[in-house]
Amino acid sequence: MNDTILVSTRKGLFWVARKNGGWDIDRTDFLGDNVSLTLTDPRSGRHFVALDHGHFGVKMHRSTPEGWEEIAAPAYPPKPEGVEENDMWGRPLAWSTARIWALQAGGTDEPGVIWCGTLPGGLFRSTDHGDSWEMIRPLWDHPKRKQWMGGGADLPGIHSILVDPRDSRRVWIAVSTGGIWFTEDAGASWTQRGEGMRAEYVAPELTHDPIAQDVHCLAQCPAAPHRMWVQHHNGIFVSSDEGKTFNEIIEVEPSTFGFPVVVHPQDPDTAWFVPETKDEKRIPRDGRLVVTRTRDGGKTFDILTKGLPQRHAYDVVYRHALTLDGTGDRLAFGSTTGGLWVSENQGNHWSNITSTLPPIYAVRFV
Amino acid sequence: MAKLVFTPNIQRHVECPETEAAGGSVREVLDSAFTSNPQARSYVLDDQAALRRHMTIFVDGRSIRDRVRLSDPVAASSTVYVFQALSGG
Repeated sequence: MNDTILVSTRKGLFWVARKNGGWDIDRTDFLGDNVSLTLTDPRSGRHFVALDHGHFGVKMHRSTPEGWEEIAAPAYPPKPEGVEENDMWGRPLAWSTARIWALQAGGTDEPGVIWCGTLPGGLFRSTDHGDSWEMIRPLWDHPKRKQWMGGGADLPGIHSILVDPRDSRRVWIAVSTGGIWFTEDAGASWTQRGEGMRAEYVAPELTHDPIAQDVHCLAQCPAAPHRMWVQHHNGIFVSSDEGKTFNEIIEVEPSTFGFPVVVHPQDPDTAWFVPETKDEKRIPRDGRLVVTRTRDGGKTFDILTKGLPQRHAYDVVYRHALTLDGTGDRLAFGSTTGGLWVSENQGNHWSNITSTLPPIYAVRFV
Repeated sequence: MAKLVFTPNIQRHVECPETEAAGGSVREVLDSAFTSNPQARSYVLDDQAALRRHMTIFVDGRSIRDRVRLSDPVAASSTVYVFQALSGG
């Protein structure tokens, strides 16, 4: 069991610890600053924190025994003279890190490797624990990359990175919007994945085009990596062939719209979601905050409510703000309205840790 | 050498004391300052070395015109202020 949770918020980093059977805020860092995401590297134990200082740009810090140190943030290469590229709004696309949206440790056989996904669509890799970053040019230079569009933000962004536990060279990423992309040579070449997903928000000719899919979150079962789950802009999809093809899960109450999905580390049929009413109404349905869980690969879902507010709750849970620990029993999630909940029994019952944090962007067990 | 002054708000993140820096343009003055204070560079300039979107620079009380190449001239007697813009807060 993991007894510490790192909570990234609009106004600082909060350490929440389990003590004497209960959970409480134990420590704060970067108070007042916009903390967008953290990574705890399971191989080194080091913590990484992504900050967005607004005026001063995106920064990265790493833990040391003495405290935090600022390290290099991923930076885009010089835009060649004469290269003109506009975003979907017709504005010149800035080759500059606008947000760090994904952090993922590499495999156990490559201890210094860390992957980082950003807006406006650059994927970066460090081989030295974040001392330096190299952009994955074959993906950035892929001609289809320019078809990526904004989804969760005005600019396209990489929010999910999965490293195959069987082979660290095999990596999947998901883009909002741009679908799922896969490499089996550590980034040297990329292919689109994700046949079978369906987009309601594009012209009919593009509905089933894998690049048009707004994947909100992509998750994989570590013990059964062939099984992948997608929380999509207009539904839930599941794959049993490493993301090559997906089937849609329909008629899930109260909704199939949401942002995060997590999968049990040993059981590929068990996954959790936090639904919002629908795309154009991003609040819990009827003011009731619920978590949905399937244990049978999506055939049926439990609606988990115990310990969660069931009247006038307007919490939205972002894609990185639902997490579970290595046992698959303990879950935690945080909301845009500063609520933080934890469950010790796969979501059967939730305990509210606090309702007064700043807007929560990410929740991670240490 | 020109006098170079950074906004107080940046000091919380990276120490940028008032300094004197050589150069005939904003670019040259900043490059000179960042040579001795490299951490400050990414707080002021973006990945393409243009002025960050919500930053502004004044030379002798005038807002610079060239935010990309930073070619606005600077005299030895000039004072260069690196400020946050009021937008984007």
